[in-house]
Amino acid sequence: MTEAPSQPRIAVTVFPGSNDDRDAQLALERLGAEAVRVWHTESELPEGTAGVVLPGGFSYGDYLRAGAIARFSPIMGAVERFAGDGGLVLGICNGFQILTEARLLPGVLRANASLDFICRDVGLRVERRDTPFTSRCGEQQTLTIPVKHGEGCWFADADLLAELEADGQVVLRYEAGENPNGAVADIAGVANADGNVFGLMPHPEHAVDPLLGSTDGALILGSLVDAARLSASVLA
Amino acid sequence: MKATVLVRPKAGILDPQGQAVESSLRHLGFAVGTARVGRVVELDVETDDAAEARSEIERMCEQLLANPLIESYDIELHATT
Repeated sequence: MTEAPSQPRIAVTVFPGSNDDRDAQLALERLGAEAVRVWHTESELPEGTAGVVLPGGFSYGDYLRAGAIARFSPIMGAVERFAGDGGLVLGICNGFQILTEARLLPGVLRANASLDFICRDVGLRVERRDTPFTSRCGEQQTLTIPVKHGEGCWFADADLLAELEADGQVVLRYEAGENPNGAVADIAGVANADGNVFGLMPHPEHAVDPLLGSTDGALILGSLVDAARLSASVLA
Repeated sequence: MKATVLVRPKAGILDPQGQAVESSLRHLGFAVGTARVGRVVELDVETDDAAEARSEIERMCEQLLANPLIESYDIELHATT
């Protein structure tokens, strides 16, 4: 019998143009994970991977549409198989864009309504705390986490939006008056129907140290580490 | 065979880029109703068979060139001499 790992292995994918992979790795390690950066040309995730984080950045220069080209990287085949088997996948900012382009998450991220690149703290409300990514949050807790993006305007048509709302796939919303980008229904983060894939525009990895103004991001990443530890112990 | 693919924001989808262009044109004194901004992709495909080229380019559009949630596309084929 194998002992459950106390430090679950979380893979952080790195594409050409990713730039938050080291922050994500550092934050995950501080929260108790063994975070391993994985280059996009790899066709398999490291053995024993219990969670995957797609970090922020500008993969492939955001050419064509943000995330549209990265989704065809060899590593994304492995991420899709991992997600299909119920593995935990978190996409942050550009990672969220890649997951929507890969159709692992619903909707699409478009240019901010203002066309400005926006970099500031935003207020968020946790709509679902019964997910592997928000379990450390309180009911309807409000969080302060920074955004920094030019293409964060989440969009879905009315039918898809109604379906997601009914299914409870809206996990995170900008608080009233805080929507920085024109996202439909103030949506900051959505999950897939099975709840094992989640993407958000705010950057939890930039809000894990009081020196940077907020530690609310640790609630999101810490929840993932908890869930990854649990799934690693089931696999072991 | 050469082809031009026009990718447009779907009708009814807010187009902030188009709005910015529209407002700049008005500032310059042009009487513009609306402007929508899309993307042009010029392709040179190997086949000379129009039907084959079209179906190949449709697959390119569905997989990569357009996001069907927000964009529509038109394919123009140009006979090479």
